[in-house]
Amino acid sequence: MNGIPAIEVLGVSKRFRMYKEKPSSIKQRLLAGRVRADDFWALRDVSLTVPEGQSLALIGHNGSGKSTLLKVVAGILRPSAGVVRERGRIAGLLELGAGFHPELTGNENVYLNASFLGLSRKATDRVYDDIVGFAEMEEFMQTQVKFYSSGMLMRLGFACAVHVDPEIILIDEVLAVGDEAFQARCLDRIRTFQADGRTIVLVTHALDLARQLCDAAVMLDHGVVYAAGSPDDVVREMRLTILHHDLEFAREEGTKEVEIFGAALLRGLDPIDGPLDPGQTLTIQVDLKANEPVTDPVVSFALHDGANNFVFGGDTARQGVDLGRVDGKRRVRFRLGPLPFTGGKYWVTLGVHSRDNARVYHVQDQRYSFEVRQLEGRRDQTFMPIGIEVEDP
Amino acid sequence: MIRRARELYAYREIILNLVRKELKVKYTASVLGAIWSVLNPIVFLAVFWFVSKVLGSSVKDYPVFLLAGLLAWNLFSVSLSAGAQSVIANANLVKKVYFPREILPLATVGVSLFDFVLQSAVFFAAMIIFRYGFQLDVVWLYPIAFIALLTVTVAVTFWVSALNVRYRDVQHLIGLALLVWFWVTPIVYAAGVVYTNVLTIPHGSLAWRVYLLNPLTWIVFGFQRALYHSSDATQKLAPYSAGQLAIGLGVVTLVGLGVLYLTWRVFFSMSGDFAEEL
Repeated sequence: MNGIPAIEVLGVSKRFRMYKEKPSSIKQRLLAGRVRADDFWALRDVSLTVPEGQSLALIGHNGSGKSTLLKVVAGILRPSAGVVRERGRIAGLLELGAGFHPELTGNENVYLNASFLGLSRKATDRVYDDIVGFAEMEEFMQTQVKFYSSGMLMRLGFACAVHVDPEIILIDEVLAVGDEAFQARCLDRIRTFQADGRTIVLVTHALDLARQLCDAAVMLDHGVVYAAGSPDDVVREMRLTILHHDLEFAREEGTKEVEIFGAALLRGLDPIDGPLDPGQTLTIQVDLKANEPVTDPVVSFALHDGANNFVFGGDTARQGVDLGRVDGKRRVRFRLGPLPFTGGKYWVTLGVHSRDNARVYHVQDQRYSFEVRQLEGRRDQTFMPIGIEVEDP
Repeated sequence: MIRRARELYAYREIILNLVRKELKVKYTASVLGAIWSVLNPIVFLAVFWFVSKVLGSSVKDYPVFLLAGLLAWNLFSVSLSAGAQSVIANANLVKKVYFPREILPLATVGVSLFDFVLQSAVFFAAMIIFRYGFQLDVVWLYPIAFIALLTVTVAVTFWVSALNVRYRDVQHLIGLALLVWFWVTPIVYAAGVVYTNVLTIPHGSLAWRVYLLNPLTWIVFGFQRALYHSSDATQKLAPYSAGQLAIGLGVVTLVGLGVLYLTWRVFFSMSGDFAEEL
């Protein structure tokens, strides 16, 4: 990764004209006079850079403009404003069977498709067997493509795209079609591409795939960049907005007889600053304030990882701690022992509720976070203290 | 523009593949295959031969005279009417794959070029078989006329193919325009006869000059002069020597290149919106 941008998107906007009734003939155009059209901005002032050799995930809800952006980068759509710059040959895998002609056989389509991706006939001859082998389509190459299943189309399309030796490859959600074995091979191939220092832009709804595969992510929402950064963070943002779509109240809820009016993450008695090392301790300090006297509330916490998976949680009741009658302020500290986490960001949810869980006084959903360092040169998934004994028996 | 041309050159493989595709799609599903494209001029020829025999044509060796101009015209008219639909017919490519869009109309010209070569081969073979033969002192005009024809064809095809994406009735207009164009071009009738007749009417020489504004007229003149050499050629063909026609065709080619440059730019600037318009 040498930081030279392979793709630069600078202030790109894309406007679609939504015609009430589009005049598609000269006659209509003459009769209609002024044409009424509503503007729809699929992209608004989007800027992003993909350095050479990096993989970027584009995520976002349906209609957020991901695919439009990909088409603009591919050169299929012309931006209404802004510039797109690319270095290197681009292979796009934008849609199933794009660049295939249904009447032609698989064999002929490989040549047709490869020529769209900029390959000469001779060069295609050289990779032809690899393409067919990769797609596992040996028996079907003399069949017309119109008789192919969607999985076959996808396999052949992907095989073509990855064998034309592109510097930049754009993938739009097409991987979803193949069976698991083929998907695994596609992922393998993508990883090889990454190892070769090629640039990838991947549009996907599979958020975990985005996290596993990509160096960076951009989330689009209604045509603007909503979040950009590390895949973990952006995927988290994305998951949060999904939660928001589903239950608007998820972030902050409760009847507020008792309220969490402050909280802090501490090491010892000091607030943490910067990432923690695996194995360090962490204290979650919760300040409660009762607006009405409440008997026997329970304080709980939950930890979620960057992908919003629940990893650990606890509460006062389970630890056998009785808060008794709370009237005014009360402070609770959870001391967490050696952290078993490695490399990642963790989000803390805090809550106060009645012992029988019937009343939720107050929940702060994933408001606080801390980070744990990945130990240099290690690939550990978890951490535990190791004691070593050496003896001569 | 030069950069664009270079990019187009880099993608030349697509043109070949698309031409191959079109031909394949056009011919494989039909029993007679490529015979269709030869059948068309043969039937045309038979009809006109029949008409000229029954009604009596003043032109000697009429089939040669007719086909010399007709094959050129076919290249032009088929390119135009197929080219107009080339972008729409390949909508699924345009919307999903990037490539220089010029390739689509160029490929349709390529397809008609293929037919042209096939038909010409049949035509030339017939000329030899029936001992009509070629005359070396005029046949050199043939490539010159061909270059002019190709230039004009590509120039106009670019324009109509881009226009038809936005206004779908362009293709109907083209059908009408081609019909008129066909008859104002001296393909089935003898230009020499027109010339002698037109001079007898008032302002006849002006009318003749207007007649010569049609680039296809010059191109057809060229093909006829190059191939038709029966005894009444001087009387039936346009009153220009092969040398004069070569100059005329040179002018047509130059103007054609100028127009090509313009229509290419029009095509290029409109092609950015093709993916949305379709």
